[in-house]
Amino acid sequence: MSRPGFVLEVDERTPALLMHQGEGFRLEKLPMGSRVIYPPESLPGLRDVDEEIRKALAAPVGRPPLSELLYAGMRLTIVFDDLSLPLPQMQTPDIRQRVIEHVLEAAAAKGVDDVELIAGNALHRRMTPAELKRTVGDRVYRSFFPHHLKNHDAEDKENLKEIGHTRHGEVVEINRRAAESDLIVYVNITLTPMSGGPKSVSVGLASYRSLKHHHNVQTLRNSKSFNDPPNSAMHHSYNRMAALLAENVNVFQIETTVNNDMFPKQMDFLNKREWEWNLKDQAAFLAVRRANELVPPAKRRQIWHRTAAPYGITGVNAGAPEDVHPITLKNVLRQQLTEVNGPSDIGIWGLPYICPYNVNSIMNPILVMSLSLGYLFNMYQNQPIVRPGGVAIFYHPVPNEFHSVHHPSYIDFFEEVLAETTDPVAIETKFEEQFATDPWYIHLYRNSYAYHGVHPLYMWYWGAHALEHLGDVIFVGGDRKTTERMGFRSASTLQDALEMARERVGSSPTITYQHTPPIAMADVR
Amino acid sequence: MKQVALEYHRSVGRYLAGRAITGTRLGGRAAGSVAAGLAPLRVVQRPDPTLPASGWTRVRPLLSGICGSDLGLLTGRNSPYLASLVSMPFVPGHEVVGETLDELDGLPRGSRVVLDSVLGCVTRGLTPCASCAAGKHGRCDNITTGHLAPGIQTGYCADTGGGWSRQFVAHRTQLHAVPDELTDEAAVLVEPLACAIHAVRRADVPTDATVLVIGAGTVGLLTVLALRAFTKAGPIMVIAKHARQRERARELGATEVIGSDRALRTLRRKTGGFVVKPEIGEEFLLGGADVSFDCTSGSGLTTATRATKAGGTVVMAGMPNTDVDLTPVWFRELTIVGGYASSGEDFPDAISLAQDAPLGGYVDAVYSLRRWSEAIQHATSAGRLGSMKVVFNPRLD
Ligand SMILES: [Zn+2]
Repeated sequence: MSRPGFVLEVDERTPALLMHQGEGFRLEKLPMGSRVIYPPESLPGLRDVDEEIRKALAAPVGRPPLSELLYAGMRLTIVFDDLSLPLPQMQTPDIRQRVIEHVLEAAAAKGVDDVELIAGNALHRRMTPAELKRTVGDRVYRSFFPHHLKNHDAEDKENLKEIGHTRHGEVVEINRRAAESDLIVYVNITLTPMSGGPKSVSVGLASYRSLKHHHNVQTLRNSKSFNDPPNSAMHHSYNRMAALLAENVNVFQIETTVNNDMFPKQMDFLNKREWEWNLKDQAAFLAVRRANELVPPAKRRQIWHRTAAPYGITGVNAGAPEDVHPITLKNVLRQQLTEVNGPSDIGIWGLPYICPYNVNSIMNPILVMSLSLGYLFNMYQNQPIVRPGGVAIFYHPVPNEFHSVHHPSYIDFFEEVLAETTDPVAIETKFEEQFATDPWYIHLYRNSYAYHGVHPLYMWYWGAHALEHLGDVIFVGGDRKTTERMGFRSASTLQDALEMARERVGSSPTITYQHTPPIAMADVR
Repeated sequence: MKQVALEYHRSVGRYLAGRAITGTRLGGRAAGSVAAGLAPLRVVQRPDPTLPASGWTRVRPLLSGICGSDLGLLTGRNSPYLASLVSMPFVPGHEVVGETLDELDGLPRGSRVVLDSVLGCVTRGLTPCASCAAGKHGRCDNITTGHLAPGIQTGYCADTGGGWSRQFVAHRTQLHAVPDELTDEAAVLVEPLACAIHAVRRADVPTDATVLVIGAGTVGLLTVLALRAFTKAGPIMVIAKHARQRERARELGATEVIGSDRALRTLRRKTGGFVVKPEIGEEFLLGGADVSFDCTSGSGLTTATRATKAGGTVVMAGMPNTDVDLTPVWFRELTIVGGYASSGEDFPDAISLAQDAPLGGYVDAVYSLRRWSEAIQHATSAGRLGSMKVVFNPRLD
C-alpha cells in the first residue's frame, strides 16, 4: 500500500531536504517550523498494461467498444500527445506506443486502411523523426512515417477546418484531416490535472486563431488554478470548445495516467523522502551529485534528458472525452494530491531541469518563469500555498541560455519585449499579434523545429496569475541580470532570500516547501 | 615666427606596428592607449605656413576636432589607397572653427570661420576641372597638382598646415563665416555635419523609407540629424554600442536604437523578413532596411550589405577600412553610394542646421596640443567613455 501525501513540519530531527536546482540538486536545511508538502508515495503500476488497454477498448465509458466504431472504408485518425508529456520522458515502450498498437490491430481486424497518425503538438515545435519513433515505437513508425505519421501544423491553412463558434464566440478550428475523419482516437497521458479531457483535441490540434480565446492573460488570471478544472476559466473555455467538437466530430479518447516513479533506479533517492534514505540512497546521492558536478555542462544536459522515467501506469481508460476524463483526474489526484492547512507567507520550490517545452533542449529564462510561476505555483486547489502578497522562492540558476533552433522567438522576446515591459497585459496588447503573425517565426515553426512565434508570450501569460498574487519572486542561485530582466530578484543562499523577503513578510514568516518532483499538488484548505 | 603644431610623420615601422595591434580583436579594445603610444605624431616648433597666393588667409584655430579618419590614420587602419594623396610632413586637423588673421574679399580680418577642408582646383590656382566647375570640389581630379603639395584636404597637405596647430592657411573659398549665435562648440561640428548632409543627399532617400544608420559616433548621429532635416525618411533605426549614444540618437530623431550585439535580429523584428545563418560567416537578412548608412569605419559596411533589402541602397558615410564580402551587393542588387566630404549647399545648410539642432554637450573633452596623447586615447574610446567629440583647443598650454 502506498502511503498518502503528507505535510512535514521541520524540527531539529529533520535532515537537510532535497531541492532540485536546474540540472542539479542540493540538500537544504529549512528553518524550523517550515512545512514540507510531499505527494502520496508512488502508486503501484498496473501489472498487465496490455490487458488493461484491451479492457479499456472493449468496455469504454460513454462509447461503444472501439471495434464497433471501426469499419472498412472509414477514415481513422489517431492523435497522440506530443513530446511535452510526460516529464521526464518515459522508458520505452512508451504507453502511447502500446495503446496505438492495440488501436491499429483493432483497425486492421476491421479492414480500416485509411489511417493517419498525428502528434497533437499545437504550437509546440515539431517532433523530430527520432522523437516520433521513440513515442510510437519502431513498428508503427516504419509503417506510417513520413506520409501517414505527422506533426500537426497549426499554420497549414489548407489543412485546418473551422468547426464553428462556441456560445461565447470562441472560434474552434482544428486539423482538417482529424475534423473530416469518421473517428478520432486520441491517445493521451494525463500527467497533471491541467491536461487531457476537453483539452486534448481542442488544443492539441488547434490553430493560433482558436487558441487565443483561452491562452490569454485575462483567462489565465481567472484560472485559480489551471490545475483545478472546475475553478479554471481556461478549462471552462476548453469545455465549451469540446462540447462544440462533440457535436461535429466523433472522438474516442484513451487516457492514461502514470505514477510518481520519475527517476530511474540509480537515482531512486530522488523519489524518496529524505529521512527514509538508506545507506545505499545516501551513497547514491553523493555519487550522482559528484558525477553531475564533474561532467561538462553540455554533456550533463544530455545525460539528464536521456534519463527516462520508469513510470508505472496507474490507469488506462477509454470512451467519450467528457466521461473518461473525470476517471482520469481521480487517478491523477490520487497520486499527487496532498491536503495542506492554509497558505503561508513564503512558498519554496526547487525547479528541476525539465519543463514541457525543453525536452531535449535548453530551459531558457522564459521557460524558467513558466515552470515556476506557471506550472509549480499553480499546483494547487482552493488557494495558492502562498498568501496574497507573499513571497515565492525558487531554486534555479536561470542562465541566459537559449536553444537557437527550438526557441528563436523566445530570444527576441527576452531581449526586446522584456527589456521594455514585463507586464503581461502590456505584452499581450502590444506584442502578441506581431509575434503570432511574424512570417519568419511561422516559417521556422513549420519547417524547422521551432516553437511558434507566440509561444514565449503564452509562457509569460502562464505566470500572470502568480505575478498578480505574489509580492515578490526570488531565485536562489539565479543569474542576477537574467532574473532582473524578468522583474525578479536573485539571492545567493536561502538565508539571503529570506532576508530579502523580510520587507514583505516580516522576520518570522511561515514557510511552505512544495517538494516536487515527483509531482505534488496541494489542496490548500 | 615659429609656432607649435602636431606633425604627422610617416614611419613605416610605426605604421605597421599600429596596424598589427589595432587590427586584432584584442587590440580593438586597447587601441586607444596603443594608438597614442605608437602614433606617428609629434609636437614640433615649425615656421608659420606662408600664404601660397592671394585669396588666402592665415587662420588661428579656436577649436579643432579629432575625426574618425584622423584616428584611422594614426592607428594605421586607413587604406593605403590614400597614402599617395597626402604630402609629408603635415599637420592633421580638418574640423576647425577659427579666426582669420588677414583681410579677404567679403571676409574681414578677425572673422570667425569654419573650414571646408577640401583642396580643389581653385585653392590650387588651377582652372576648375569639370567637378569643381559643377560645385562638386570633393570630386576634384587635381588634388595632387597645382601650387600646393598633394593632399585631399587641409589636414593632409604639407603646404597648408592643419587644425591641430596654432596657425594654418586657408583659401577664401574654403571659409564660411560663422553667425554669432553659433558657439565654437557647435561650429566645430559644422564640417562633419556638412559631410553627413552630403551623404544623406547622395542617397536620395525615398519618402517613408526605412533607414538603418550603423554607428552612433559623430558621423552616425549627425547623419540621423541630417536625415530628419533633409529627407522624408520613415523609421530610422540606429545601431549604437553605447548608452550615451543611444540617448543622443533618440534625441536627434531615431525611431529605434538597436544594440550592436544582436542588431540584425532586432532589425528583422522591425522591418520583417527572414534571418539566414550561413554555415560560415555572419548572419544576413532577406529583407531589412531600404537604405543603410555605414557610419563606422570598420565592420559597419558588412552589416550594411547584410541588412539592406533587395534593391536597396548602402551609403558609405564613414571612411571604409576593412575588406567586405560583396556577394550581397550582387545577389540583392544593392546600390552602393559613396559619400565623401561635401559640396554645393551642404556647408551653408550645415551652418543653419547646427544653430537649431540639440547639439549641446557634444564637445565635452577639450585638450591642449601638448596633451595630444591623452586626447587621441580619449577619442579612440570616446563611445565607451560617453564622449561624442574630442577636440583640441590650440590656445591652451
Ligand atoms: Zn578640381
